[in-house]
Amino acid sequence: MKFEYLLQYILSGLTNGSIYAITAIGFNIIYNTTGIINFAQGEFLMLGGMSAITFSQYFPLPIAILFAVIVTSIVGALIDFTIIRRMKKPTVLNMIIITIGLSILIREIALHVWDEKVRSLPYFTGDETTSINFFGAYIPPQVLWVLGISTLIVVFLGFFFKYTVAGRSMRACSSNITAAKLCGIKTNNMITFSFVLSAAIGAVAGAAISPIAQTQYDCGTSLAIKGFAVAILGGLGNSTGAVIGGLLIGILESLSISILPLAYKDAIAITILLIILFVKPSGLLGKSEISALKEF
Amino acid sequence: MLNVSNLESGYGKLQVLKKISMHIKPGEIVTIIGANGAGKTTLLNTISGLIKSTSGEIVFNDQNIGNLPAEKIVKLGCSLVPEGRQIFDTLTVKENLMIGAYSLNRNKKIINDELNKIFELFPILHERENQLGGTLSGGEQQMLAIGRALMAKPKLIMLDEPSMGLAPLIIKNIFDIIKELKNQGNTILLVEQNAKAALGIADRGYVLETGQIVLEDTSKELLNNDDVQKAYLGKDYKK
Repeated sequence: MKFEYLLQYILSGLTNGSIYAITAIGFNIIYNTTGIINFAQGEFLMLGGMSAITFSQYFPLPIAILFAVIVTSIVGALIDFTIIRRMKKPTVLNMIIITIGLSILIREIALHVWDEKVRSLPYFTGDETTSINFFGAYIPPQVLWVLGISTLIVVFLGFFFKYTVAGRSMRACSSNITAAKLCGIKTNNMITFSFVLSAAIGAVAGAAISPIAQTQYDCGTSLAIKGFAVAILGGLGNSTGAVIGGLLIGILESLSISILPLAYKDAIAITILLIILFVKPSGLLGKSEISALKEF
Repeated sequence: MLNVSNLESGYGKLQVLKKISMHIKPGEIVTIIGANGAGKTTLLNTISGLIKSTSGEIVFNDQNIGNLPAEKIVKLGCSLVPEGRQIFDTLTVKENLMIGAYSLNRNKKIINDELNKIFELFPILHERENQLGGTLSGGEQQMLAIGRALMAKPKLIMLDEPSMGLAPLIIKNIFDIIKELKNQGNTILLVEQNAKAALGIADRGYVLETGQIVLEDTSKELLNNDDVQKAYLGKDYKK
């Protein structure tokens, strides 16, 4: 393979990979507070993308994206207020089934609000034909936007969970919710906050990828599956792991195109997920010590 | 400081506590002893707001706290060190303690002062401050749980079975710490199965049997009481 091609594949892998990483981080945020996997995470990306496209018809792009983030965050808060908070016995299994149901519901509502057409946001800078020459490979500037935004989100969250009171409290809720209450933490609000945060991050990601990946009412599902595989690969709850896992799966996927038929691209993530679950269930960076302390 | 009157509570249809009345004065160590299933933990969980009472009153510093959620009660200065320690396994020792100060105002200096006090009381926690809570030994976890409760600068500390599952030597250690806390002027409600040790350090005691308080007296009297000796101190066994 010529070096330029290889570079091209790797760059496109990095782009997809960083999206998977952000999706996985969305899973991690809610998991870290509540101990549940929110399978409606992919729908947050879809909602972010779709509503940004709608708003962009009336407002300049940055404001449209801001509104999209707000709308998606409100949806995230509503999910918690109307359903999660009202559950009498919020067991892990119940919550998982509920979030799967919610993802179907949101998808169907999106189908009615918008339609089944594929849309996309305009490029943040330049247009479809703009590209930057990078050692012989051509990359659209949007790729840099996606990589930049992903990096920012990861750095911000890493700081947030480690050094802020709110971040630490969210981790405390995940570790032991009764003890968190006994320390004076309003656990209900922390759970709402984690849904809002993960919806907001999903919306930013959904808007950022829209110009290159395109947005449709059901585009969240496949992203959620990939994101989930990445979250497991990196070690559930571990943001650094999510980034490494995401880039790894992204690159493997795009390199696979040069060997395998395109149709097998999606199988790569799932295959890796299966291998990880067999070989190292705690994930690449997940310490088995920690995973033994977690519920699952 | 704490006044409980005719308190009833339980789980769903199961009524565990029946007309419990008790009180604690500032600076006292009061112990509640009783067998497994007598309702000791239920009583503490009800006072701390984890379980809602079905009737009766809980008054803490002239304020009725019977209907308040757990997080508000902590804020008022009534902290529980729960049964089984319940530390944050996946947070470091230091982070565990910092979370304990959640209900204080966010003044960094006050929190740091508290942290240093805790590290003075439990030097081992200082050594392990960056270790994950879940990797500590049972005794260290108990110290961490007590330290975390102290971080909130409580007016009343409630300890639920601090000796549970610990080796005799460590138990002695924990009880020494409770004594030390009393000497520092803390008010303590101690729930224990280890009646001898508990009465040894307490000023007064209540005996709880199947959800009712059957006996109430000073520790000295309780230690000499025939029924208590038979039921909880193993008097006949010795003979």
